[in-house]
Amino acid sequence: MRLAGKTALITGAGSGLGQTTAQLFAQEGAQVVVADISQRRAQAVAAEISQTHASPAIGLQADVTQSQAVSALVDQARSEYGPINILVNNAGIAQIKDLLDITPEEWQRMIDVHMKGTFLCTRAVIGDMIEAKWGRVINTASVAGMTGGPQNAHYAAAKAAIIGFTRSLALEYARSGITVNAVAPGLIETPMVKQGTGPASEKVVDFFIRRIPMRQMGKPGDIAAAHLYLASDDAAYVTGQVLSPNGGYLV
Amino acid sequence: MAGVVGRVALITGAGSGIGRATAQVLAKGGADIVVTDINLAGAEETAQAVTECGRRALALRVDVADLHAVETAATQAGQELGAIDILFSNAGIGTQVAFVDMTEEDWDHMFDVHLNGTYHCFRAVLPGMKMAGWGRLISTSSMGAFTGGVRLAHYCAAKAGIAGLTVAMASELARTGITVNAVAPGVIDTPMVRQSPERWIKNMTKTIPMRKLGQPEDIAHAVAYLASEEAGFMTGQILSPNGGSYMKWC
Repeated sequence: MRLAGKTALITGAGSGLGQTTAQLFAQEGAQVVVADISQRRAQAVAAEISQTHASPAIGLQADVTQSQAVSALVDQARSEYGPINILVNNAGIAQIKDLLDITPEEWQRMIDVHMKGTFLCTRAVIGDMIEAKWGRVINTASVAGMTGGPQNAHYAAAKAAIIGFTRSLALEYARSGITVNAVAPGLIETPMVKQGTGPASEKVVDFFIRRIPMRQMGKPGDIAAAHLYLASDDAAYVTGQVLSPNGGYLV
Repeated sequence: MAGVVGRVALITGAGSGIGRATAQVLAKGGADIVVTDINLAGAEETAQAVTECGRRALALRVDVADLHAVETAATQAGQELGAIDILFSNAGIGTQVAFVDMTEEDWDHMFDVHLNGTYHCFRAVLPGMKMAGWGRLISTSSMGAFTGGVRLAHYCAAKAGIAGLTVAMASELARTGITVNAVAPGVIDTPMVRQSPERWIKNMTKTIPMRKLGQPEDIAHAVAYLASEEAGFMTGQILSPNGGSYMKWC
């Protein structure tokens, strides 16, 4: 049990990567706060965890772009499980669109969910970590944040911003027992990838798979394993790093 | 998690420091360990520690600069412990020399141990991994490969060479079930680093955001992650536990 006694808050944990990480963290002994914009999904994932694992989990609804909602989420999480030790900023959205077709509203939504959400959630829990002199902030970048991608300007920009945020925060808290790292998933089989690529899903996915040296998509478990490593005591000297399970895509 | 349970790992330079710590971490994770080092007494001590974890160990004296010696060791290890699933190419030296004073022998020795040594080990274990359709090749680069370092031109060049070898092999082997990754340690508290002048260590520590040297276990755990079943989608990556000293973009 590598996370015994720890409380972990995972955003966007109602499906995909967040859900798998929530399950793995619970299996490793953490009390898990499953946060999602969908109340129904958050509660369903938490209920499933509580049934299959010894450690408790709670599902809470929150829109990470709303400051008050994030404060309320963290307050409620704390009242259930005490101070937050591990934060996985995982909530995200995807959209494939030409620059000229991206509306200012779509642009803002992309930046808000990823960047503002990461900022608000981190700000809300960092005090707990400073006090405990132990903490793990794990952000979600993307290979798109490093390589860019066609029809992906707003997504790539938001993901690259998360890397800058990660490195600055790593330096700021290097002597506080808090590590700040990012995971940059390659192409992973999640509902987000299916929805984000829209009707052209199969074609888009094929286009990318041909560019992945392993010639296959990753599984949510590939990312959960990276999250677990970074969240554990094993990675105490790892900070400001971007860990990218991507099937060799960036080679 | 499956981790490294039931795997056979060959670790070079495992007679002390990072190699020894990794042998212990992987053994605790359920792997049998082929402990090689140029110093047999050190290898035997590590093997003893592995045995105490309840796993099988084989201690061998190997100079990684010698391809024949590496191949012989891999064959013997295969016969005694079974085919090698995981290679941690870790053997290294850390001699500091100003470039103007660097002899051709200094240069060659550095490259023989690090870059040729890694090449020899990859070559020796790869056929078995290909046959099994599963493998983990993990090399040891260094933060210095990306940042440079004073009196370390030969060291940084060799370590950057290892990073190049690693990403090239990752793409070449991407469809074989074999992943190829590197760890790039920051300044770690090992016998190798302790050979450096006390003042150098003190000054280095001041430049590390966490203001402390890493421990061999910090690297051992990174290797354990890369060696695990669960890291199967990670390839061509360079993982750098360095206390925040160097943050690579990708």
